[in-house]
Amino acid sequence: MKADPRGVLTGVYYIDGDVAAGYGALAAGCKFVAGYPITPSTEAFEAICHRGPQVGAVFIQMEDELGSISAIIGATWSGVKTMTITSGPGYSLMQECIGFGAMLETPFVLLNIQRGGPSTGVPTKTGQADMMQSRWGSHGDYELIAIAPESPQEMFDYTIKAFNLAEKYRCPIMIMSDECVGHMTEKVVIPEADKIEVEPRRLYTGPAEDYLPFKPEPDLVPKMAKAGDGLKLYITGQTHDERGYPVKDAEYKSKYGRRLVDKIRLNKDKIIELKEEGTDNADVIVVSYGISSRVAIKGVELAREKGIKVGTLRLVTVWPFPDEKMSELAKKAKAFVVPEINYGQVVYDVARCAHGRANVVLVPHGGAGVHNPNDIADAIEMAAKEDKKIEGLIEFKTRLEKSVFEGGFKLKE
Amino acid sequence: MMETPKTDEKQEIHPMENLLRMDRMPHIWCPTCGIGLAVTAFTAALEKANIDPNTVSIVSGIGCTGRVAGYVKLDSFHTTHGRPIAFATGIKVASPKTKVVVFSGDGDLMAIGGNHFIHAARRNIDMLVVCVNNFIYAMTGGQVAPTTPLAAYATTSPYGCVEPPFNIPYLAESSGAVYVARWTTLHIRRLTNSLTEALQKTGFSVVEAISPCGMYYSRINRLGDGLDMMRFYHDNVEIRHGEDTKNLDIGFQTKIICGKFVDRERPSYNERYNQWLSEVKTAGRHSKGQKGSKK
Repeated sequence: MKADPRGVLTGVYYIDGDVAAGYGALAAGCKFVAGYPITPSTEAFEAICHRGPQVGAVFIQMEDELGSISAIIGATWSGVKTMTITSGPGYSLMQECIGFGAMLETPFVLLNIQRGGPSTGVPTKTGQADMMQSRWGSHGDYELIAIAPESPQEMFDYTIKAFNLAEKYRCPIMIMSDECVGHMTEKVVIPEADKIEVEPRRLYTGPAEDYLPFKPEPDLVPKMAKAGDGLKLYITGQTHDERGYPVKDAEYKSKYGRRLVDKIRLNKDKIIELKEEGTDNADVIVVSYGISSRVAIKGVELAREKGIKVGTLRLVTVWPFPDEKMSELAKKAKAFVVPEINYGQVVYDVARCAHGRANVVLVPHGGAGVHNPNDIADAIEMAAKEDKKIEGLIEFKTRLEKSVFEGGFKLKE
Repeated sequence: MMETPKTDEKQEIHPMENLLRMDRMPHIWCPTCGIGLAVTAFTAALEKANIDPNTVSIVSGIGCTGRVAGYVKLDSFHTTHGRPIAFATGIKVASPKTKVVVFSGDGDLMAIGGNHFIHAARRNIDMLVVCVNNFIYAMTGGQVAPTTPLAAYATTSPYGCVEPPFNIPYLAESSGAVYVARWTTLHIRRLTNSLTEALQKTGFSVVEAISPCGMYYSRINRLGDGLDMMRFYHDNVEIRHGEDTKNLDIGFQTKIICGKFVDRERPSYNERYNQWLSEVKTAGRHSKGQKGSKK
C-alpha cells in the first residue's frame, strides 16, 4: 500500500534526526502519539505536535512515560497506528509496558534517543548503553525488533520501516537511535507519497463469533482487530490462549508463550537488515550500529591506508541478532572489532557467534561523546596483527581511557 | 470443557448473560465479596442507559477488581497495574466514538495509578471510572492500601494503619471530575442509578463502590464476613446527596456518607480538542512550533 499523501511532507529539508523521525512517523500513517518531554528526544515529539494536527494525527502529552506507553497501546487497540518517544529514564519507565505490548502483540513504535546513563547520566549527550535493555528490558520471555539509524535521512526512512515491521509482526518496534543522530542536522529528502510503501494493519474480516485474537496465521502472526467492531475482544497481559483467555498451566504457558519469541526468531531472515562491505577477503571486520557505524567509516579508512584488509558489517537491525551471518563471517575473518558507546553490550552477541573462531575486540566508550576514529583504526591494526586466538573479549584501551586512567586527567588531547 | 446436559426443560438463563462471558464462569471472587454486585449494577446500568455494548470498551488494571474486564462481554482490556486510565485515555482520544469505562480497584486507581486518575480528571477525558473500594489489597492477601482507614489492620500494617486514607470523591472533584458519587454494594439500586447517570454523562465521571472484602479486610479486623459488613453498611451509611466532598473521609468503622456529590458541566477533552482542531484547520489558530526548515 502507498502512503496517504496527507501525512507526507514531500520536500527537501535541512532538519535534525529527531524531527526527521517525527516526519517519518506521520508519513507512515501514525495517527496517535503520546509522549512525555525528555532530552534529547523532545524535538521529535515537538515536531509531531506541530505537524500532527495539520495532517490528521492526534498527540497528547501524558503525565509520565508510563502513561504515554499505556495510552499508545490503548490507542492501537482502538484501530490506529501509534508511537511514543523517549530517552534514558523514560525508557526505563516504559519497560513494563513494552512487555505488555509484546504480550498483547500490539503493533507500535517506540523511538528511543539514547543518552548517557545510568540514571540521569548525561542527559544532553550521546550513549548506546540501552541496547541490551531494548532486548531484555521487560520481565519474561519475548522478542522484539530494534533498529539503529545512523543519519537524519535514515531516521525518516527507518521510522517508516519500523511502522511497517510493527504491522507485519504485530509487535513493538524499538528505534534505538541516540543523541548524536537525533540532534544531527542534515539534508533529508522526503519523497512523494506514492514512493513510500506502508504496511496496512492486517485486520480480521471474518464473522465476529469466529475471531480468535491470538490465533496465528502461517507466518505465526495473528490477525489484528480493534475495539468497537462487535468482536468482544478479551485482551489481557496474562498468559492467554487463542481466545485471549488467561491460562496458567505449564503446558499452556509453553503452547501459547513460545510463539512470542518464535514469530520473530523464525521470521528473522525477513526482518534482519545488514549493510556489509568488503568482508569477502577481510582480515578484520568492524561490526557497528547507529552513530558508531558512522564514526567507524573514518577508522576503517585510516586502517585501509595502512594496507589492512578491513570489512564492515553494519547492523541496521540490531535485534533479532544475525547469528548465522556472524558465524559465517567468523569462519573467514581473523577478528571482529566492535566499537559501541558502552562498556560492552552487542559485542557479547558478536563473541557468542564468533565462538572462538575469530578474536573479538571491544572498543568501548563511556558515553557523552563518540569514538575517536584513530582508536577504531588502532584497534583494527591490533586485531590484524594478532595471530593467536584469544579467549574471551579483548578490550581495546582507547586514548580517552588512557588519558583518564593512566596519563592523568586531561580535558582535551 | 463441560458438556451441557441435554434437557427439554427450558434452561434458566442469567438476566445479564448477554453482557457476561459465561464461558469464564465461575469467577475468582471469594464468597461474600462485593465486586460481583458492582458488576451486576454496572451491567444493569449499561442496559438502562441504553448503550450499544458494541461501542463500549472496558478497561481494568490489576487486582481483584482488575478481573472485571475479563468477565464482562464487551471489548475488554485487562492492562498493567495502575495504568487502566492511561490506556483508556489512549482509546478515547484516538477513537472518540468509543464509550470508555474503567473498572478497577482502590489500590490500582489510587496508589500506583493515582497520577493518571488526577490527570484524566484534569483533562476531563470522557470516561466512567468505577472504583471498587474494599480498603485493602485483596489479590495479594490483604496489604494496606491508600484507602485503608486510619488504625485499621492489614498484613503490612500489623499494628494498625498509620497513614490517613484518600477521600476519593474529594480527590475526584478537586481534580476536575464532572460526576462523583459513592455507594456501597448494599445500595445496589442506587449504585445502578448512579452508574446509569454517569454513563450518560460526557466527561470524567467517578463512582466509588465500597465493597466488603470478607476474606482479608474483615478477617484481620475481626469484622465478621462480607454479610456482616453489609449489615454494617446498612446501619452506618448516611445518604447525603450534594454533601461537600471535603466531609467524606472514612474512618475505621465510622459512619460512611454516600450519595451523589458532584454533577456539573465542563467541556470534555475531546470537545475542546475538536474545537481547537477546527480552529487549526480554518487557520484561526497558529502553531508556535517552527520545526525544520525547507531547503
